[in-house]
Amino acid sequence: MTSSASATVTLPTDEQILITREFDAPKHLVYKAWTTPELVKRWWSGHRGEMTIAEIDLRVGGTWRYVMVAKGGFEVAFHGEYSEIVPNERIVTTEVYEGMPEGEVPEAQAPLNIVTFTEADGRTTLTLLVQTTSKELRDVIINSGMEVGMQEQMDRLEQIAISLR
Amino acid sequence: MARAATTADAFNAVAEPRRRQILDALAGGERPVNDLVALLGLAQPQVSKHLRVLREVGAVDVRDEGRQRLYRLNGHALKPIHDWVSNYERFWSERFDQLDVVLEDLKRKEQGDDGNDE
Repeated sequence: MTSSASATVTLPTDEQILITREFDAPKHLVYKAWTTPELVKRWWSGHRGEMTIAEIDLRVGGTWRYVMVAKGGFEVAFHGEYSEIVPNERIVTTEVYEGMPEGEVPEAQAPLNIVTFTEADGRTTLTLLVQTTSKELRDVIINSGMEVGMQEQMDRLEQIAISLR
Repeated sequence: MARAATTADAFNAVAEPRRRQILDALAGGERPVNDLVALLGLAQPQVSKHLRVLREVGAVDVRDEGRQRLYRLNGHALKPIHDWVSNYERFWSERFDQLDVVLEDLKRKEQGDDGNDE
């Protein structure tokens, strides 16, 4: 197994979350894996479930929608609209989480995901900047992240419990 | 509710790059204000302002020793942030590990017998 690097997460400003990761592949392949539905289905859910829907209409004004069924049986769905596409370089899209307990964030206030692909020596650095419209929204994302984490811990607990039987 | 507010406050306090620099410096141990001033290259009032914000959310503690004010990290207050970032980081690492597998396939296809597939 080639373990390229681990993802790093930083909070550059009150409204931003920045995720960075290097891949051992040229950028046109990383871009392809990022934007091709059948390929996205293979990685987007991590180890947390099965992706049932990956729809991508890759053009400015086009929309995308991802749905995953998590191990606990519940659905997690996101959608958004592309506002900027530079093939193999950069993608800008909104990202709306459909299961927000407080109801969905209005499209105009949806966080923006800005993804960039930079290649050097055949390796690609991917950055994903989540630009929210307010501190409050970022904190909501933070809190939902914690919930997902809790769920994951519960799953792990369950596995441990089963292994002890 | 109160807990969520505390978390958000600590987040906001820590998100500021200068304040994160201060926290990084304090991660190495307790330090007097003058050290921090020298390290950050800022004026003392600015450093003091940042330290006040960090103290208000409990991210740092202060004590007087002689004529010096010594600051140190309060790991407990930072734990919610640390936990969240770790969770989020782990989630994305999982995704990216899977993406690595996809990329290996794509690389093989591109380098190898292109004629066979598709």
